[in-house]
Amino acid sequence: MAQIVDRRLNGKNKSAVNRQKFLRRFRKQIKKSIENVIAERSVTDLDKGETISIPKEDTSEPFFHHAQGGHRDMVHPGNREFQTGDKIPRPQGGTAQGDGSEASDSGEGEDDFVFELSREEFLQFFFEDLELPNLVKTKLSTITETKKIRAGHTSEGNPSNINVVRSLTGALGRRMALRGPYKKEIKTIEAKLEDLLKRHNETDQIIIDLRDRIIYLKKRIKRIPFIDSFDLRYDNRIDQPMPTTQAVMFCIMDVSGSMGREEKDIAKRFFMLLYLFLTRTYEKIQVVFISHHTIASEVDEEAFFYSRETGGTVVSSALKLMSSIIQERYPTNDWNIYAAQASDGDNWHNDSKICVDIMNKKLMPFVQYYSYIEITADRHQNLWEEYAGIESNWDNFAMKKIEKISDIYPVFRKLFQKRES
Amino acid sequence: MTVKTKKFRPISETSDWTFELIEKYHSEIERIAKNFGLSTYPVQLEIITAEQMMDAYSSVGMPVGYSHWTFGKEFVKTEKNYKRGQMGLAYEIVINSDPCIAYLMEENSMPMQALVIAHAAYGHNSFFKNNYLFTTWTSADSIIDYLLFAKTYIADCETRYGEEAVENILDSCHALKNYGVDRYKRPPKLSLLEEQNKQQEREEYLQSQINELWRTIPERTEPARDKTSSHFPSEPQENILYFIEKHAPLLEPWQREIVRIVRKIAQYFYPQRQTQVMNEGWATFWHYTILNQLYDEGLCTDGFMMEFLQSHTNVVSQPAFDSQYYSGINPYALGFNMMTDIRRICETPTDEDREWFPDIAGSDWQTSMDFAMRNFKDESFIGQYLSPRLIRDFKMFAITDDDKNRQIEVSAIHNKSGYQNVRSILSEQYNLGSNEPNIQVYNVDMKGDRSLTLRHTQHRRRPLDKSAYEVIKHVRRLWGFDVKIESIDEKDKIVKTYECSPSIS
Repeated sequence: MAQIVDRRLNGKNKSAVNRQKFLRRFRKQIKKSIENVIAERSVTDLDKGETISIPKEDTSEPFFHHAQGGHRDMVHPGNREFQTGDKIPRPQGGTAQGDGSEASDSGEGEDDFVFELSREEFLQFFFEDLELPNLVKTKLSTITETKKIRAGHTSEGNPSNINVVRSLTGALGRRMALRGPYKKEIKTIEAKLEDLLKRHNETDQIIIDLRDRIIYLKKRIKRIPFIDSFDLRYDNRIDQPMPTTQAVMFCIMDVSGSMGREEKDIAKRFFMLLYLFLTRTYEKIQVVFISHHTIASEVDEEAFFYSRETGGTVVSSALKLMSSIIQERYPTNDWNIYAAQASDGDNWHNDSKICVDIMNKKLMPFVQYYSYIEITADRHQNLWEEYAGIESNWDNFAMKKIEKISDIYPVFRKLFQKRES
Repeated sequence: MTVKTKKFRPISETSDWTFELIEKYHSEIERIAKNFGLSTYPVQLEIITAEQMMDAYSSVGMPVGYSHWTFGKEFVKTEKNYKRGQMGLAYEIVINSDPCIAYLMEENSMPMQALVIAHAAYGHNSFFKNNYLFTTWTSADSIIDYLLFAKTYIADCETRYGEEAVENILDSCHALKNYGVDRYKRPPKLSLLEEQNKQQEREEYLQSQINELWRTIPERTEPARDKTSSHFPSEPQENILYFIEKHAPLLEPWQREIVRIVRKIAQYFYPQRQTQVMNEGWATFWHYTILNQLYDEGLCTDGFMMEFLQSHTNVVSQPAFDSQYYSGINPYALGFNMMTDIRRICETPTDEDREWFPDIAGSDWQTSMDFAMRNFKDESFIGQYLSPRLIRDFKMFAITDDDKNRQIEVSAIHNKSGYQNVRSILSEQYNLGSNEPNIQVYNVDMKGDRSLTLRHTQHRRRPLDKSAYEVIKHVRRLWGFDVKIESIDEKDKIVKTYECSPSIS
């Protein structure tokens, strides 16, 4: 008779170790492939896995085998018109040569080894060797949440927490303890009875008394409750304060007429990247969207990315708004504050000076990191010139220029490169 | 065939499987197989998921395997193909062990499960148990234990010596795994306990031998030997990994043990590489015969049969050489047809068959097939049993591809003068000895720079592929000193030398 074993519940990730080994070995090639891929990804699917292709020759394992050439006899099936002695031109490329060459009719080029990365793996590679700068400056954690942890057992509690094993063990012990004296007495009486019965009859009073006593004692034993309310034990859980890390991310974008669809798309990708990156470090993240033209307003995500306004640009309005939001809602000793600003750099010319002033006094001392990206294909605009001063004064300020979509990834990597301390 | 006797009701009407049904089908299949005289190891059927099947796939069917990136590579490849639907997972993986383990994938329908049970758990199983290569070269009762030992040992080495060091050794061993096989000597039986006990002992003994061999203090008592007598090894050695395990001067004991593990596992798979056509043919023949019997007894429905036949037909199809799907001769097709043909020759021989196969024409088919299964490997099986009828059915033709001629010549076709030729060429095509380059350990420069020379004896002037340059780096890593390969032609003249530059280690 055969044995039928259901293995479906056994671990299915037996290959996980080997998979990791494979990824580690080809990390260089995978990273390169990711860099190519990232430029073509659309805004919304940054969070997915990815198809990676790396050169096949890199992954091949060499072994001794024959090359073409020499003398070779072979048998093939499906003869149609050949007769013995026919000469056929040698096929080029050697696909009809049976073993040795792998004929591939699949869509991918034969030179690439193609496979899928999961979302986790993808992000792992993507954010590898990037870091959030200045992590330690403000208090990293605030105690806002608690976690239930197990802490032994109690005799009081909620019925759903009854620990059955503990309770019954207790009950068993109690019953044994209470039964003890009675049982002992029964034993001695029985011994005595046996002794007395040699000399007395069943009807003698002394025997009857002793028999009654035994019945009485047995009744007592029976009356010991199987389980009593003070046997009950409850799993005890207590609240343990849990440090949580939290951050707020300000996305500031210029929505004036000069920012077209394409620029907004670039900005959005950049913000997404930053958001994903922050989620790897912080458990709780809030995002504040501030859009501005001549006046700034806090908007929701939809409006932030898709509404379109016209008019001039006053960047300082957004900075003022950000500063006031921080004061109102995000006390700086509880929150890690990050800001990313995207603009085409075109600002009302008298305003740029005001911006620098606000930055220096009201923002830079409180934020962990402030990154500014200028999205323009032209030369640097006036805001850039003014911000250049901030960059030299503050460590936690960085700015880069992005011209086209494929710049985002390299720029992002440069902004968050690990720095040698 | 027998007259249809509808004395049973079909076991199931739908294509869904349950454990109960599997058990019922299995016991019927077992009964039929026993009636046909199949002798097998006990059967263990394991139900697994598609993911687990991919796991099993990527570890070349080993139920427990040591970890290495190459299995990870296989896994991501399989996973991608499967997810894109480019590849249906094979229905069956079966392990040459006692008890014989066959995997059933939960996604399969009942007919497919029955097919796998008949094919793997009875077809392959009986082949594993009885074919001479398997009985001589593998130990079905201890392989799982050995694999377990290997897995633990290598994991242990990883923690002790670092993953990279272990990976390097494994990479190098894998490059040579086809050259880690004893072709003519039966390896000793494996046993887990013994392996573990002996392993320590072996380490010490081996190391002392190496030290003896490579002693640097000159022996004063012995007069200096002349060059010819110091040829080492005295005879060329074909088992390169074995030679390295025993004689490489610089390997650590644990590295030698890893070389040994790769060698042992290669040895275990060696019979499978030599009997693909026979093994698959035998298993396919039996699933076909057993399930037909099941149908004749009225135990399965017409729908069941249709599903089975469709998949069976796919498995044994043989595209012609000029088809875009052609990738050599399909071992399932050739094997199945040869097995069926043997039965035909036994049962209804023609005059031609009597002339070609006087021994088996008209004999009892079960006895004759049993004999064929037990005593041959692909090469000799085809040489013995490929019939003119089958050569005609497959429309086989032989070509001669010689790089001295501008054109390929058709040397034989499926006609009277061609049968013998086609048969012997096809048989030679399955001869691993001439398919794989013949490379042996030729000499070690014991007195000088300790360099190792391998000799490649060309077979019909066929050259080595340029991957030899890569392999040689791996040999060098294991050997520790310079390595070169000399290609010699049929007149013992060295025609090409492959060397690795000493800078790479």
